[in-house]
Amino acid sequence: MGIRVGIVGAGKMGVSHFAIANALPDTAVVAVCDTSHYIVSVLKKYTGVQTFTGYQEMIDEARLDAVIVATPTSTHFACARYALERDIHVFVEKPLTLSPAESRALSDFAIQRRRVNQVGFHNRFIGTFQEAQRLVRAGVLGKILNVHGTAFGQVVVKEQGRTWRASKAEGGGCLHDYASHVIDLLNFLVGPPIRVQRANLRSIFSRDVEDAVSAVFAYAEDASGILETNWSDDSYRKMTTAVTIDGSAGKLIVDRQELKVHLREPRGFEDYVEGWNTRYITALQKPVGFYLRGEEYSAQLEAFTEAIRTGNMAHENSFASAYETDRVVDLILKANNVKG
Amino acid sequence: MATIDRILFGDNQFFGVNHMSEEKARQQLLRFKDTSAIIEVLDQAYDMGIRTFMCTTHDRIGEICDHMRAHRERYKDFVYFPCMPYAHKYANSVSQVGMLETIQRFAAGGVMSTLFRGAVGTLTRDVYALMNLLIDAEMKRFEGLNTPVIFLQNVVTDLLLGLKLYPVFWEFHRYVKERYDAEAGYITMNLPLLLDALAQAGVENPIVCANINKIGFRMSGGVDAYRDLLRTRKCRAIAMSVLASGALSPRDAIEWACGLEGLQSIVFGASSLGNIRQTQELIHGCWGR
Repeated sequence: MGIRVGIVGAGKMGVSHFAIANALPDTAVVAVCDTSHYIVSVLKKYTGVQTFTGYQEMIDEARLDAVIVATPTSTHFACARYALERDIHVFVEKPLTLSPAESRALSDFAIQRRRVNQVGFHNRFIGTFQEAQRLVRAGVLGKILNVHGTAFGQVVVKEQGRTWRASKAEGGGCLHDYASHVIDLLNFLVGPPIRVQRANLRSIFSRDVEDAVSAVFAYAEDASGILETNWSDDSYRKMTTAVTIDGSAGKLIVDRQELKVHLREPRGFEDYVEGWNTRYITALQKPVGFYLRGEEYSAQLEAFTEAIRTGNMAHENSFASAYETDRVVDLILKANNVKG
Repeated sequence: MATIDRILFGDNQFFGVNHMSEEKARQQLLRFKDTSAIIEVLDQAYDMGIRTFMCTTHDRIGEICDHMRAHRERYKDFVYFPCMPYAHKYANSVSQVGMLETIQRFAAGGVMSTLFRGAVGTLTRDVYALMNLLIDAEMKRFEGLNTPVIFLQNVVTDLLLGLKLYPVFWEFHRYVKERYDAEAGYITMNLPLLLDALAQAGVENPIVCANINKIGFRMSGGVDAYRDLLRTRKCRAIAMSVLASGALSPRDAIEWACGLEGLQSIVFGASSLGNIRQTQELIHGCWGR
């Protein structure tokens, strides 16, 4: 018997997860819920899955092994908790919640119930970023001195509409929706900062939320970091995320497509040489069984179902690691309120 | 049945799509900022005998179409294979204004009132009607031009594939035939799965376009599965990303692809006369003129 998956929220991410999960071996999406009657009725008619307008009803009735939660962030906590109480494995879209305390509680609860608990920070499944992490961990760059993480793109380049992404209370805004990706990626590469020294949240087009976020981080052992994100930047065709890491022995520049590493002197690490090294995604990305919009989206769900099958609780992107990201987001919010 | 040339010209290079380098993508966007720069390259390819342009229904494609319409005699053998939709346009809109408003924004004519009036009948027909309105909106800019094959972009093909909405493949095939006297094409990153789905949907001898390259880049199911199905399945297959976005040397990449039994065509993009000529000569060297 395969893994029976239910989808909570049939928006852009929910439908994307639906298609990917449904194409995984021994996995089937058997139920979907969404508050929109129109979308639910279309899905019922065409896909033949059971549909619901509320998640409780779906979880109570659809005999699920796992749920994928892709609703506005403000609803994640209640929904994930409800599923975990019924011993259902949970994948939640990023960020985990709007409050570090809630994220922590969910993480503890998932561990207590021994259920797989994963968050959709998909950058961790991109080959170039994984290779960058491997180099940092192996000490190839020496002592880390400075990190610089950026994300730019054109999500909001006009006056905002009326979706949840334009509403702070529901978890909209560049910080939670966009910058969280970079914060999580920096955590993945070098670990979380110990302090946020300064932060600036700026609205450009939006009324209720920020469109750009910058922050200065302090890390252990005197390393520093800078975060810059702007989702109202139409000079970028699509979301473009990049990280630069300076170390005492070299530096690396990495984005979704390529990894450039400069080593001050030979480090004797595999075939990385002194001077510039370039590695491309074509060589670094592991293939996936079904491709929809980037290997990372498939790879994260492959990892999720694999963890369910093997009972491995030490998987990537756990609630505990997403809690660290939510904690940094919260520090940024607090630093932004400090006038000075 | 549409004739498909062996060599087709693609458009990623014009619109800042590069799977290996953001910097290269940006340079290309700059270089092709003016549509005249795109037309110059298209002219070079056309004058070398490459007549078919496989193009995304990007907003700027309209300007290229206007130019072709204004110089009909010059481009009388020019063939378009429109590939729809330009997904970022819709995805950004869904993030901004939500799904229903996006539909309203892009469909030609008052589709929402049609949807909710209930005049169209069953829900099935409503959604097909909606899809067809979106196709019409995308096809508007190609009016009066030769579009014998109309492709569904991989993000939509593969979404339908994952959702197992196979009947939609048939409806797309049916509608573009009826409305535009064109054949349907399907771009995918999952060719083995897609061929099974199209067979189930009743689309025979389909036109398909997939990444096909020596290193297996974005070939879900693996290189061996692709090689087998090209040889054994009845389909008209077009290889894209033969160079794996530049990860392979052109000669090596093209000799490998041209050696695949059952491969019908290769689509490639290039920004310079030299690269177009080199690629064309390599393909001619393997397949003949």
